Amino acid sequence: MSISRRGFLGAAAGLSALALAGRSALETQPREPEPGGGTPAAGTRWALVIDPRKCLEAGDCTKCVDVCHTVHNVPAIAEPAHSVKWIWKEPFERTFPSLQTDYPPDDLRDKPVMVLCNHCDNPPCVRVCPTQATWRRDDGIVMMDWHRCIGCRYCMAACPYGSRSFNWKDPRPSLVQTTPDFPTRSKGVVEKCTLCEERLAKGQPLACVAACPAKALVFGNLADPASEVRSLLRSRFTIRRKPELGTRPAIYYIV
Amino acid sequence: MFEKAVTGGRRYWAWVSGLLVVMGLALLAYLRQLDVGLAVTGLSRDVTWGLYIAQFTFFVGVAASAVMVVLPYYLHDYKAFGRITILGEFLAISAVTMCMLFIFVDMGQPRRVLNVMLYPTPHSMMFWDMLSLGGYLALNAVIALVTLGAERKRVAPPRWIKPVIIVSIPWAVSIHTVTAFLYNGLPGRSFWLTAILAPRFLASAFAAGPALLILLCLIMRKLTWFDAGREPVRKLAVIVTYAMLLNVFFIALELFTALYSQIPEHVEHFEYLFLGLGGQAPLVPWMWTSSVLAVASLILLLVPSLRRREPVLAVICVMVFSSLWIDKGLGLIVGGFVPSPFGAVTRYAPTLTEVLIVLGIWALGCLMVTVFYKITLAVREEVAAS
Amino acid sequence: MRDRAVIIVALACFLVVLSTPVWYARAAGVTAKAPELKRPATEKACVMPVAYMRASHMDLLMTWRDDVVRRNARTWVSPDGKTFTKSLTGTCLRCHANKAEFCDRCHAYSNVTPYCWDCHVDPALIQRSGP
Repeated sequence: MSISRRGFLGAAAGLSALALAGRSALETQPREPEPGGGTPAAGTRWALVIDPRKCLEAGDCTKCVDVCHTVHNVPAIAEPAHSVKWIWKEPFERTFPSLQTDYPPDDLRDKPVMVLCNHCDNPPCVRVCPTQATWRRDDGIVMMDWHRCIGCRYCMAACPYGSRSFNWKDPRPSLVQTTPDFPTRSKGVVEKCTLCEERLAKGQPLACVAACPAKALVFGNLADPASEVRSLLRSRFTIRRKPELGTRPAIYYIV
Repeated sequence: MFEKAVTGGRRYWAWVSGLLVVMGLALLAYLRQLDVGLAVTGLSRDVTWGLYIAQFTFFVGVAASAVMVVLPYYLHDYKAFGRITILGEFLAISAVTMCMLFIFVDMGQPRRVLNVMLYPTPHSMMFWDMLSLGGYLALNAVIALVTLGAERKRVAPPRWIKPVIIVSIPWAVSIHTVTAFLYNGLPGRSFWLTAILAPRFLASAFAAGPALLILLCLIMRKLTWFDAGREPVRKLAVIVTYAMLLNVFFIALELFTALYSQIPEHVEHFEYLFLGLGGQAPLVPWMWTSSVLAVASLILLLVPSLRRREPVLAVICVMVFSSLWIDKGLGLIVGGFVPSPFGAVTRYAPTLTEVLIVLGIWALGCLMVTVFYKITLAVREEVAAS
Repeated sequence: MRDRAVIIVALACFLVVLSTPVWYARAAGVTAKAPELKRPATEKACVMPVAYMRASHMDLLMTWRDDVVRRNARTWVSPDGKTFTKSLTGTCLRCHANKAEFCDRCHAYSNVTPYCWDCHVDPALIQRSGP
């Protein structure tokens, strides 16, 4: 089983390598050497552990949503059909449909949990994107390049978590306030949470994590056994959304 | 050869200008979509693909169906199709062009569409779909022009065209297989996650395409001097019969797997399409119409004496085409998106802008078929006269 | 030769249409004079020599864009050894604070409409209009 699976994945990797070869052949522009920045240190795998019960203690709090959407210039669009969301609340039962329990615990029944892009290890959105406008970084962040997105919305069809939003119209008129350090988006591109990669690059914490008064969101490096996320995963029972699909999300929920 | 398209009677020009008017209106609608964004469509964050992509899917089938005349003629030397193979090829060229336009109008950033070629991505099925559709268009354009050119000069087509034609046969199968793979490999979309999807696409294509070709042959017999003959029409009807039989069988397999297993995420999509879900049932009348038409047309097709009567056959072909258009051009795409990953039942109804754009692309397809067929007939008239 | 008049009229019409850009520009008062650009008062040197920037700033911006977004490489070392953060709004617009009289003026003159500003925000505009 594991061998055949490895072989299969190898074939997929071969195809990807073909893509990379095509890519580098096209890329002729010389680049300056990089003294700073660059790829993150080996053995980094960013992840979030969410504790829905702690979150519920804070009541109707929406601080993480507000902060995230402000710093990332996410428009506030009233009609649900066209709404753009990076992090938001969904009912517990709808978030974990595969649990299929008629008797969920009282403290979670019909209660909201925070959902966002799962930054999967094996993201279907990345697999289907025809322009590599979305891809998986070495540190596990599923990134978006809004300059390259052609707006085909294939990634939205592929994402099993409904984590992706499309700009059905120009988002700028719907911005409550504009953060100048971060771009807005143009109409016709897909967007989603990028795990605050622009803040991580500056050594800042995730906006949602920093804003949470209940400390319900814990961010850290899965590759580091001493990290807080790893110690939480060791000590608490956690689940991920739709694990049967093999996407291997990096967002864990304590239940 | 194209000069033959600019001479014609009053009826021809009335038809052509009618089509141009529809295309003009569609262009205005598209400019509005370009200006405002895809918010002018009925699409939403839950139903992200709709009429455009559904029409694309349906017309890939029409394009692929050319193989149903090309294969018997070139591989089995079935002479009766000799006069209509080129009609099938021109139909394929028109249908592929429509497909490309349906994809194009669905893009959020159409200016960047060449990024697909600039950053080739073999792990994306869309990349392969672009290759297979583009290749199929090129193959058919070359084949049609070369064979028609040879016919005009009253010489045998050059020998190198034979291998090109042979390649076009599996290529036709590939375009619809890859189109099925677009939907087929998505882990969260249970409605499409079925290995029968590509065969089902092919079966429905080989029913809908030849049905359309039969109708075109009958229309041409009425309106022009050209008569495809009774024999090829009858043979096409047999092809439609077998293909429709397979298509209905495949759908039955789908229904059995979903309904007998009773896995909710497989059943729900069918429930939404045929019974309604969460109090919403916009597609229910359509899907039942499609099913009734499919079964009724199949019963009629299975009776040889009915199938052989051309007025009845014409009605059957309209039934087959409409049934499959609803099934693939409406139900298949929207049904895959409802319910959403969060179980939401989101209503999708195409807007006027969206419908106008679709009609415009249809009009372009009609115009292409008209012009191509007119050229073909003019060439044959010329050859016959000399 | 009875068609001579028709031909001459048609040719004249063609020439008028052909020369549209010239007389349209005249009517609109566009001149070929290079625009006055507002240069930063504080800084003397850019991230690359002025001649390079004038001709190829768009290439540099594209490289920066791909470096930051796609390669997570955000630091730029200029030929004279200074380091900068690769950022349009954070680095370029910090010195060229007056986008309207630097970027826009020249882009208007050369009749180009870069789509950078569809998404990237001119911080000066935010400060002026307030949140």
